[in-house]
Amino acid sequence: MPSAVPTSAAPWWVWPVALFIVTFVLGILAVLGGVGGGVLFVPIVGGFFPFNIDFVRGAGLLVALAGALAAGPGLLKRNLASIRLAMPVALIASAAAIVGAMIGLALSAAVINTLLGATILFIVIIMATAKKSDFPVVPKPDALSQSLGIMGIYREESLGKDVEWTVHKTPQALFMFIVIGIMAGMFGLGAGWANVPVLNLMMGAPLKISVATSKFLLSITDTSAAWVYLNQGAVLPMIVIPSLVGIMLGSMIGVKILAKSKPKAIKWMVIGLLLFAGLRSLLKGLGIWK
Amino acid sequence: MAYANVLNIGMWLGLAVMIVTFVIYISGVFPSFVPIDDLPKYWTMRVHDFNVALHAPTGWGWAPLVGKGDYMNFIGIAMLSGLTILCYAVILPILIKKKDTAYVVIAIAEILVLSLAASGLLKVGGH
Repeated sequence: MPSAVPTSAAPWWVWPVALFIVTFVLGILAVLGGVGGGVLFVPIVGGFFPFNIDFVRGAGLLVALAGALAAGPGLLKRNLASIRLAMPVALIASAAAIVGAMIGLALSAAVINTLLGATILFIVIIMATAKKSDFPVVPKPDALSQSLGIMGIYREESLGKDVEWTVHKTPQALFMFIVIGIMAGMFGLGAGWANVPVLNLMMGAPLKISVATSKFLLSITDTSAAWVYLNQGAVLPMIVIPSLVGIMLGSMIGVKILAKSKPKAIKWMVIGLLLFAGLRSLLKGLGIWK
Repeated sequence: MAYANVLNIGMWLGLAVMIVTFVIYISGVFPSFVPIDDLPKYWTMRVHDFNVALHAPTGWGWAPLVGKGDYMNFIGIAMLSGLTILCYAVILPILIKKKDTAYVVIAIAEILVLSLAASGLLKVGGH
């Protein structure tokens, strides 16, 4: 029969206050980086707070979800997040996230952290070596994206002009979103870390559209995975609520900054954030940085 | 825009409920299923061990316990988690009216996927 174990001597309230402060900052950074906050939340809170990784992942999904819900309305109204682009990929990713969540809750923490870290570092390499990701050239939209009407036009404030966009390689991207969804559910992440590269580098959506649509997409993908964790009991209000409130407030600030920011700055911020998060997870999983 | 408007209202409402229930929770007005002072003893456990040690509910088993300070917070959490399903239900008639067949099918499929996840029917073995 499992029994309670003694932990740190700090009063219980220290951790909710610390969570609120940390997640407020993460909320701002997550919107600018389009990574949903979960990929930062899970390794940082899992690494420096005393909570078990199960509860951290459950909270991480809800944190990413809350951040996406807070940012979603603004991004949709500013025409930066595309529902037509998000809905097909969200269906694939959300279904896969259920599978991933169930697998993830059955795996050991060491395996999860190692795989998570390796995956994030792989994405960092891809993003750091990509060329012309701000406004990718799409020679011709594919048949699927044309039939679904996945296209749009948005106001690029940093250039002061309207930008039209289309996408290609939609079938390949949908396959990638199966993998992304599984991993999002497995690791308790928001999947933004992979959404943005696939939307931007594979499908050819402009970086700002990719970041914004990714953020909106998280609200759908993470809903399915979050319910699996919730139904398994892997949600503790004392961890979730301060984190949720912090990141939602931070996300609202982030949305106001996003529309006026430059695509290049966003790209390098995402890379820096992912590099730190990935290294932490990998080293923890390998038992090097405990 | 209907999606954005429902999302915005629902998000603010869910946030407000969470803040209120959390204040109630930490105030101790309603006793908690797990006493707050005891939480640090248990939050280091894997969730399966946590559930066994405390006989904690899974699935929708928390619903009858919303009178407890900690599980009262699940009301707001469930609201936020269910918001996307509501948004899809709102835009579905709009898509049907526009005769956007492909997206009607996508929306219905998404509602089914999210509802399955929320149902509590999916079980995970203990680690």
